[in-house]
Amino acid sequence: MTTVIALRDLERRFKGVRALGPIDLDIAPHEFVSLLGPSGCGKSTALRVIAGLLPPSTGHVAWPKGPLRIGFVFQDPTLMPWATALGNVRLPLDLQGTPRDEATARAGEALTRVGLSGFGNAYPRELSGGMRMRVSIARALIAKPELLLMDEPFAALDDITRQELNDDLLRLWRDDGLTVVFVTHSVAECTYLSTRTVVFTPRPGRIGADIAMSHRPEPDPLYRFTPGFAADAGRLSDALHQAATVAA
Amino acid sequence: MRYAIPLAFGACVLGLWEFLVWAFDVPPFLLPAPSAISVALASDFPSLMASLWTTLRITLLAFGLAVLSGVALAVLFSQSRIIETMLYPYAVVLQVTPVVAIAPLIIIWVGYERINLALLILAWIVAFFPILSNTTLGLRSADHNLIDLFRLYGASNWQILTRLKLPSALPYLLSGMKTSGGLALIGTVVAEYGAGSGTATGLAWRILEAGNRLQIARMFAALALLAGIGVAIFFALSLVEYFALRHWHESAVAKND
Repeated sequence: MTTVIALRDLERRFKGVRALGPIDLDIAPHEFVSLLGPSGCGKSTALRVIAGLLPPSTGHVAWPKGPLRIGFVFQDPTLMPWATALGNVRLPLDLQGTPRDEATARAGEALTRVGLSGFGNAYPRELSGGMRMRVSIARALIAKPELLLMDEPFAALDDITRQELNDDLLRLWRDDGLTVVFVTHSVAECTYLSTRTVVFTPRPGRIGADIAMSHRPEPDPLYRFTPGFAADAGRLSDALHQAATVAA
Repeated sequence: MRYAIPLAFGACVLGLWEFLVWAFDVPPFLLPAPSAISVALASDFPSLMASLWTTLRITLLAFGLAVLSGVALAVLFSQSRIIETMLYPYAVVLQVTPVVAIAPLIIIWVGYERINLALLILAWIVAFFPILSNTTLGLRSADHNLIDLFRLYGASNWQILTRLKLPSALPYLLSGMKTSGGLALIGTVVAEYGAGSGTATGLAWRILEAGNRLQIARMFAALALLAGIGVAIFFALSLVEYFALRHWHESAVAKND
């Protein structure tokens, strides 16, 4: 198995208190890896360390195939309220100095891909929560990332919107050949989306279990009602429960 | 309705005032009737307008300087914690020292022959602080996740400042400008009082002069013009705020819906 990201003996402390680790984790290209665990278990911290937004306290993140272009999606859409949807999506290109016309054209395409064509001139406050998240995803996609890091991106959305976005995300993952690391505390979302799930123990966050899903993720809502889904979800729930009891 | 109700109320008060002055035969050197005030305003119109222009010009210049210097210093503070720690206490000292107390000193230093410059400095001192403190707060209030995102995409400090921190600070700056605009006028008037009669030629001097001559109607006329300037500044800045924020900031949006 080739590895594109390797976390080695990684630890992160906040004011002397260990929030994460030590963990070792290898991620292969085109995997959809979910980090599953209760709130405050350090899985978001792990994601930020991978993104380079937080330095690790000890250990390191290695990139055996060279550094990857990263797209990051936060739990909140994290849009600039003074800019239109188009202006927000264009941001990564603007920061890199891409010519204005090209940036606008590509931002328009990115909005179309997330189902928001025609909303380019809308301001964030004029959009619904789900639409704002779509803008946020379009912004992450526009710089053509090889690695998409997502920090509970759909946690604040209603269930219907969430399922729609799950399917959209799977299409983007499949079509773009992305590697995705997805932080969540939802067993069902994890089962539906991932090729592989890493279960975290609470405080400090360590890897309790590393489980390959039995089914290759597809944008197929009915998969949620199959015995295979139920079996995988059951395995994850067990692992989550065990991780919690081991820690306690 | 938002304008009709206060205007109608004002008209009623003026009417009652006119009636009471007439009914009780109040001497005009104590309280002139509104009609007498408007007569004074009309007969002294050219000299009052000249004074209004003097006061208005100093107010606007002081306000403009306050905005420029306040934003510039706030940006400097946001880039360097050391400079902020070093200078902020002195900005506070400048703010809390009453301008009336500083006025004689500044006027002596600058000299009576350049009295308008002294007035400008004094008004600037008063108007400057709300811009500085609000913009400093605004620059710090930028969304931390957005700062992370900018960093992730390799943004320079300059890009973070111009594309993220300054727009985030805009609502704070505009609110500071509304306070500062009023204070610039107050600063100018107080400085004119400090300068005393004879040298300054603004509206405050007209009030002093008319007071010395017991021309109370003229005092009221000059006072009305001062209030007019204050209201005009406030409305102008409210309009600027509305147009700058109407698409995105909740404070401006609430008026829309």
